[in-house]
Amino acid sequence: MNDTIWTIELKIFRQRADAQRYFQTFQIEINPDEYVLDAIEKVWAFHDRSLTFRHACHHSTCGACGMLVNGIEKLTCITSIRSVTQNNGKLLIEPLRNFPVLSDLVVDTSSMFKALEEIGFNQVASLPSACLPYERKTLEHERSEYQRLVDCIECGMCISACPVSLTDSNYLGPAVLAAAHDASSQPLSNKILEIVDSRDGLWRCHNAFECSAVCPSNVEPGLRIMKMRQTVIAHRIKKLFSRG
Amino acid sequence: MPTLPEAIIIGAGFTGCALAHDLSLRGFKVSVLDRGEIASGTSGRTHGLLHSGGRYCVNDQEAAIECIEENIILRRIAAQCIEYNGGLFIGLNERDQAYLPHFMAGAEACKIPVEQITPQKALQLEPNLNPALLSAVLVPDGVFDPLRLALAFAATAVENGASFFPHHEVQEMLFNGSGNAIGVVALNRHDGKKYEFRGDIVINATGAWAGKLASLVGIKVPVVPTPGIMVAYNQRLVNRVINRLFEPGDGDILIPQRRMVVIGTTSFEVEDPDYIPLDQDQIKQMYDCACHLVPAVSQTLQRGVYMSARPLIKTEMTGRSLSRTFKCYDHKESENIDGFVTITGGKATTCRAMAEKTADLVCSKLGISAICETKETPLVSYRKFFWH
Repeated sequence: MNDTIWTIELKIFRQRADAQRYFQTFQIEINPDEYVLDAIEKVWAFHDRSLTFRHACHHSTCGACGMLVNGIEKLTCITSIRSVTQNNGKLLIEPLRNFPVLSDLVVDTSSMFKALEEIGFNQVASLPSACLPYERKTLEHERSEYQRLVDCIECGMCISACPVSLTDSNYLGPAVLAAAHDASSQPLSNKILEIVDSRDGLWRCHNAFECSAVCPSNVEPGLRIMKMRQTVIAHRIKKLFSRG
Repeated sequence: MPTLPEAIIIGAGFTGCALAHDLSLRGFKVSVLDRGEIASGTSGRTHGLLHSGGRYCVNDQEAAIECIEENIILRRIAAQCIEYNGGLFIGLNERDQAYLPHFMAGAEACKIPVEQITPQKALQLEPNLNPALLSAVLVPDGVFDPLRLALAFAATAVENGASFFPHHEVQEMLFNGSGNAIGVVALNRHDGKKYEFRGDIVINATGAWAGKLASLVGIKVPVVPTPGIMVAYNQRLVNRVINRLFEPGDGDILIPQRRMVVIGTTSFEVEDPDYIPLDQDQIKQMYDCACHLVPAVSQTLQRGVYMSARPLIKTEMTGRSLSRTFKCYDHKESENIDGFVTITGGKATTCRAMAEKTADLVCSKLGISAICETKETPLVSYRKFFWH
């Protein structure tokens, strides 16, 4: 098997409480088939025990370990070192954007979780409704007696990448709007309509599609926002003609 | 009004979170400290199998009975993070066929509702199975999201008054004049300052790290970190958990999760579970095992690989056995240190039961008569953990 070992340099964002931010550099040796999260864990285990970072499942189901790797949002547990650097190469590791930093690589995502909860977004859905709207469905996918954990792992990377979230902290953000689309596969509820059909909701999106580009989990928030706009407009038109 | 008993739990994995939930319901004021966050250690890295007990119904029926009971309870209280499609045990050779009658008898003895179906029917249900299968048995397996299950216990504990202190690394234990534990000193890794936490009981729930933590105060806990590898592939090829119909072994469980399948696992001992390098030979071994159960794995891409360190207990040592699957050490009995308890071992499926038995022990030590209510208490949304 592959016993290659690379020497790489990790330049990691550091911040403790309100102290000054800085970057710290660590040199480690690692098999390039390991993942960026493994490299960060190695830095913590052998070089600096004060480094804080968030992680849990190490296989892209929990969504805890999203970070910026060389400036781009990556789920570090499934990003192989080989795919983002080379032998004697560098890795720049920073916390996600558009969330307050608690320390080092840990950000406060509570606002996102609160909004997702308000939407009423469930993590478990029937198999047909857990698929994307355009997906070719096999016979298996039609079987509504099966259920599965949905695609969105609530990592916050789409919010980090979104240029509108960067400039407007009131914007609900792609994760929340995508969840609203997911939650509204049944007829649109007034509650969801009120949340998304607002100044800080659907109409604030600039169609940059950065969210869909960085999503590690096939959620396609950009597409879902556009689909949701269609649904809301259809709803408005229907309402216009149904007025007595 | 009498003051509430205070418990300090070290470790926010499944055990720590479930115990915080249990003790909070029993009226304790609970503080949970972890040097990382919720489920940053072994708990987060489980494969996520909600055991039906089938895996153990021949070799360890006590564990199997515990699994099926907890399986039913968790499906009731934590449905928010469980995909429940059942599982299959499949036999692929004569060896497996010879095991089948033992399996069926074991399942019946443990009251696990199983159903033998024909290979043809199994292939209808799961078209990607190895078509050479000789036998198939349906079992009530499920799959949970590891972080969200731990968070759901933690969120419910918080709703009932518990406090969680993530990124707080315990550095010293505090003792009173008689040498009994009365609290801990922890380093807040966010601000670099040390804080004192005092309580009536300190519970070491650090799992694979329990020995390391106990050694802070010169106590030996016979826990051996025993990692196993898990490999995730990028297609959901099955909807049920696929188990090899044989005694527990390497690479014998393939579970679906979101859009993936995950195969596990192996077993070897390490001294320090803080960083376990990925073993490339084991990755290949898992790939071969996965392809044997579901050949279409060969048409997928590897999505992730991880190592998870089980807390295995060296059984020849002393210690109060609450069950064969996990152990609770009252350090008053072994080292004459009162106020300090270690709980370790066990598996994710039985975390609630572990918490119940540990809380029973804590209550009897402190002379409290509160009873366990966790079987009937549905967990609140895991997301609530984040905004308290």
